[in-house]
Amino acid sequence: MSTVAVEAPSLPEVHYLNADYGWRSWLFTTDHKRIAWLYLFSITFMFAIGGLAATLMRLNLVEPSGLLFEPASYDKLFTAHGLVMIFFFLTQSIPTVLGNFLIPIMIGARDVAFPKLNLLSWYIYVLGATIFIISLVTGGIDTGWTLYTPLSTTYANTNVLSATVGIFITGFSSILTGLNFMVTIHKMRAPGMTWFRLPLFIWAMYATSVIFVLAMPVIAITLALIALERIWHVGIFDPGLGGDPILFQHLFWFFGHPEVYILILPSMGVISELVAAGCRKRIFGYSFVAFSSVAIAAISFMVWGHHMFLTGQSVYAGLVFSALSFAVAIPSAVKVFNWTATMHKASVSYDTPMLYAIGFIGLFTIGGLTGLFLASMGADVHLHDTYFVVAHFHYVMVGGAIMGYMGGLHLWWPKMTGKLYPEAWARFACLLVFVGFNLTFGPQFILGYVGMPRRYAVYPAEFQVLNVMSSAGASILAVGYVIPLIYFAWSVFKGPIAGPNPWGAKGLEWTIASPPPTHNFHETPIVTEEAYAYEPEAAHVG
Amino acid sequence: MFEHVHVHPKFFYVKVFLALIFLTALTTAVAYVDLGYFNTVAALVIAVVKASLVVLFFMHLKEQEGMTRVVIVAAVLWLAVFIVITLSDRFTRHWVPSNGPWEGSAITAPQSE
Amino acid sequence: MSAEAQSATLVAEQFEDLEQQKSADTFGMWLFLVTEVLFFGGLFCGYCLYRNVYPEAFEAGSHLLKVTYGAFYTVLLICSSLTMALGVRAAQLRLKTSLTVYLILTWIMGAAFVFIKLRYEWYGDYLEGLVPGVHFAPHGENLEIIHHFHALLPHVSLFFLFYFCMTGLHALHMVVGVGLLTTLLIFTQQGKNTQGNYYWVEMVGLYWHFVDIVWIFLFPLLYLIGGRYV
Repeated sequence: MSTVAVEAPSLPEVHYLNADYGWRSWLFTTDHKRIAWLYLFSITFMFAIGGLAATLMRLNLVEPSGLLFEPASYDKLFTAHGLVMIFFFLTQSIPTVLGNFLIPIMIGARDVAFPKLNLLSWYIYVLGATIFIISLVTGGIDTGWTLYTPLSTTYANTNVLSATVGIFITGFSSILTGLNFMVTIHKMRAPGMTWFRLPLFIWAMYATSVIFVLAMPVIAITLALIALERIWHVGIFDPGLGGDPILFQHLFWFFGHPEVYILILPSMGVISELVAAGCRKRIFGYSFVAFSSVAIAAISFMVWGHHMFLTGQSVYAGLVFSALSFAVAIPSAVKVFNWTATMHKASVSYDTPMLYAIGFIGLFTIGGLTGLFLASMGADVHLHDTYFVVAHFHYVMVGGAIMGYMGGLHLWWPKMTGKLYPEAWARFACLLVFVGFNLTFGPQFILGYVGMPRRYAVYPAEFQVLNVMSSAGASILAVGYVIPLIYFAWSVFKGPIAGPNPWGAKGLEWTIASPPPTHNFHETPIVTEEAYAYEPEAAHVG
Repeated sequence: MFEHVHVHPKFFYVKVFLALIFLTALTTAVAYVDLGYFNTVAALVIAVVKASLVVLFFMHLKEQEGMTRVVIVAAVLWLAVFIVITLSDRFTRHWVPSNGPWEGSAITAPQSE
Repeated sequence: MSAEAQSATLVAEQFEDLEQQKSADTFGMWLFLVTEVLFFGGLFCGYCLYRNVYPEAFEAGSHLLKVTYGAFYTVLLICSSLTMALGVRAAQLRLKTSLTVYLILTWIMGAAFVFIKLRYEWYGDYLEGLVPGVHFAPHGENLEIIHHFHALLPHVSLFFLFYFCMTGLHALHMVVGVGLLTTLLIFTQQGKNTQGNYYWVEMVGLYWHFVDIVWIFLFPLLYLIGGRYV
């Protein structure tokens, strides 16, 4: 690791963590950096719940007849896993932790546009999560995270209502966060911080916020309709009363597909930052990467029908959806090409953040390409609702989104805490994650291709070897996620002091102290240089 | 500080109000005339005109910066995309040999390759 | 207090100046209205679908509603939009008494809307058995109209689901709007809205006009389907 400072770095006297003490200073804070920590603790707790569900699922699948659970209980497990991971962990992960912490600093502002609304968003999240957890422990829900009708509205006898209320409430947290970020990025950039001098993370967060604002209200109204139908049996999705269950799927996936881009776009933004810092080089094709974020956000709204190819949807609508699904892969590919072009002939330092970024590039590419298999209607006939789909979305969500989140946490941990994490342990954990992940989900592509359906608690005996491989991989992956918990906590108390810029990276966040003062900048910065303005020589250090 | 804010005279708003009342009366009156399919078209056109009057003048969109207009257009456009594509699915399902929405799949097994 | 010093106390600490604060607050409110468009939009999508699938049921259901109510609400809301806009203007001109009067008038009209809707129109619908669900049981003249259009009862029930959902969601927004007006009135009494930061009134005005626009579309889409010439 290259160091920039000559003298030993020291912690600033007063910073945002020690500026004020007591539980009131945390629970009533309006400082975006403290709110980021509030979210970090809450979502890590939810991740543990979702991870527990996944552990139980993979344990069950070690035996073809199901080791631990009846199908009815297994249904509740995969539903809990999906709902928790998507609505209570991934949607929030990068936006509310890294986004909250970094967006104002990266644009040169003192805070977000609406700090009190920011805190309210966290409280709304906690309320929704609490209600959801109560619904889990009082019986759970078994409809799958997609809540398809008429199962969820008419036939399910599980806690559909309380679970949907929890998700409904949490959705508003995300809407308000997206709104806050959009106004912040539009209105609070420092003098000289033009749109094309913004870090690419900001472009990605902006595109994500647009999706928050446009897509999340639709799931809100959809959940309200599920509740209505469940309580009053009004027939909006019930074929027996003239309703159309496919309408539900249109409503759900119009939100659902942009939602998965909410999950991946911030991570792509993080990767741009990781690659630039790890190569100490300007991202190749800045404007292409910036516009690709916006393009992904826009096109993502027009592809939702590719989840519905086998529902009886019009083949002609399917055609349009399929074509557009292929189109939406293009901006993602543009990003991958630009990242690898940035790494070409650069002096790459293989610190943990860069390792996660390289892992992302490889795993996201696999996930993205397998998505194209599913986007083609003919192949989807065979692959829909199999483990191929499960593998595909875990490659993009875990191999993609979560690796970006971990890489970002590692890059900015010194900024957030003023301390360095232990590099050797971090690289080891990254390796465990990479190996464990591929062992878990690689075999699932094969399982899906040979026909194992998803959401099944039992399976034919000939699939056992692959399932056991997958479960073994999951145990390695779990260890890989637990180790950072330990060393991150350790580093806060015992880690070496980081100093303002341990990576020698460019960006406004690296010009202020680690940890930053409460108001970020002592005086408003005036931006005169382009983003990633590394000296050319730095890219070719021998 | 607020020199650039243009304060409209009261009568400006009253004029918009009278136009809106007139259009309401118009849309109600037109409903009592048999225009067949055009009843719906007329009602929607009048509603759009009324909404535009409210947005442009009561909500001061005329004096707003360009970004606000982009935001409004985006919202309406996205809603239009949603409704149009969903409806296009529903109404082109029968273009393929099938028994209808819930009785048969429009995606038939590969017949001969 | 000088104008500059006065404005400095009004600016929240994350903003550089009052201009940036006003710009951010207004943009934020417009963005919020965008989320509302998509929120109502889901219902509009379902409405569009079912109206095209069951045109006769939607026509029949529409004929069971009373145009008088619908037209009255529309006129009432347009009047309230006028008073709201005049209120914003009064705040711009720092006229505390005028602002208070206009806010009270808007408040009264909004509250009247909700009261009349719930107490008279909805209660009447309930007595006529038009609430969708297991108790949906239109009778008498209503049943004749349904038969006249050759509509099926479950489909007419669907129409009424959309009617109650869309007007209900709208009424809920009116209640929130009346709450916002109450807050504005309290602030105005404290002298807060007439010291140059009129844009709080403007923001509530944006919300109020948006709710009016939703009703402008709901009136023809729910009350005037198929015309009344039959």
